[in-house]
Amino acid sequence: MDLALLSALNRHRAAREAVALVTDLESGAARLVTPESLAADPAAELLAEAFRTGKSTKAVAGDRTFFIDVHVPPVRLIVIGAVHISQALAEMARLVELDCTLIDPREAFATPERFPNVRLIAEWPDVALSPLRPDRYTAFVALTHDPKIDDPALTLALRAECFYIGALGSRKTHARRLERLAAAGFTEGDLARIRAPIGLDLGAVSPAEIAVSILAEIIGTQRQRRRS
Amino acid sequence: MSDSLSGGLATESEILAAAEAWRQAGRGVALATVTETWGSAPRPVGSHLVIDGEGNFLGSVSGGCVEGAVVTEAIDVIASGVPKLLEFGVADETAWRVGLSCGGRIAVHVVPVT
Repeated sequence: MDLALLSALNRHRAAREAVALVTDLESGAARLVTPESLAADPAAELLAEAFRTGKSTKAVAGDRTFFIDVHVPPVRLIVIGAVHISQALAEMARLVELDCTLIDPREAFATPERFPNVRLIAEWPDVALSPLRPDRYTAFVALTHDPKIDDPALTLALRAECFYIGALGSRKTHARRLERLAAAGFTEGDLARIRAPIGLDLGAVSPAEIAVSILAEIIGTQRQRRRS
Repeated sequence: MSDSLSGGLATESEILAAAEAWRQAGRGVALATVTETWGSAPRPVGSHLVIDGEGNFLGSVSGGCVEGAVVTEAIDVIASGVPKLLEFGVADETAWRVGLSCGGRIAVHVVPVT
């Protein structure tokens, strides 16, 4: 493999861009393919599948055998709301190796004392979110109940096609939220991507239990995508 | 052998960054990748091990079972510039020396970084 190719691979990884290194297993000839460039590739279908599942695989196209080494960005978790549930969620996220960022404009909530060892941004979501560049490899959770904070964040998460979008709130709260987002131009299909009530239905009661149900739902969504 | 145990804990980013940095520093470098597994294999398809011409390595293709053999083959690959496709497993006659105790089999592709 050419050093320039390896450097390009590392640049894509550092920029959180999905990329596949395709290597001919006989000749060793290699090329890089991105989701944007795959249409022109002879192995387009196999590559699309590899990007979808995130699984590297050996593949045969024509009379050549090659290896698709697919690199998708590590999964991130962005939480809106430095609330009680987030304290438990941030700790558990670390255990399952989700890279967690917390956003809450209310400085009384977003304090390092309440959230040690977590990346904490005391800013409004519409200011804080864009530089984080949420993407298809990001799980997004809105927990404040406050439309002023949650709605703009959900708007950005839907546009960024986050693989998991969950929002805390009763069915009634969520129905009103859907009305507001529909009025802002989102289709029914878009809005169906928001998990609410948030989390697997465990009958969770305490903040830590609700955090477990949210995390379980995130893991389920992530792994099912890879399994299907 | 730089880190036969801790090497397995290096992240994918660290392994690939090391491959780039080592080559840029003028060292001979090979990159080994698990391309196939059968049965229970210790490391998943896509796992990487980077090796230099002196046998230093980072990463893991089998959690320690066959790294020694891969490093030896990789030194050949660095010298010859020709990629190799290796297979390891209990069905292999070399199993007594470098087999996988878990009973699985793995294929490892080793390419020179040039």
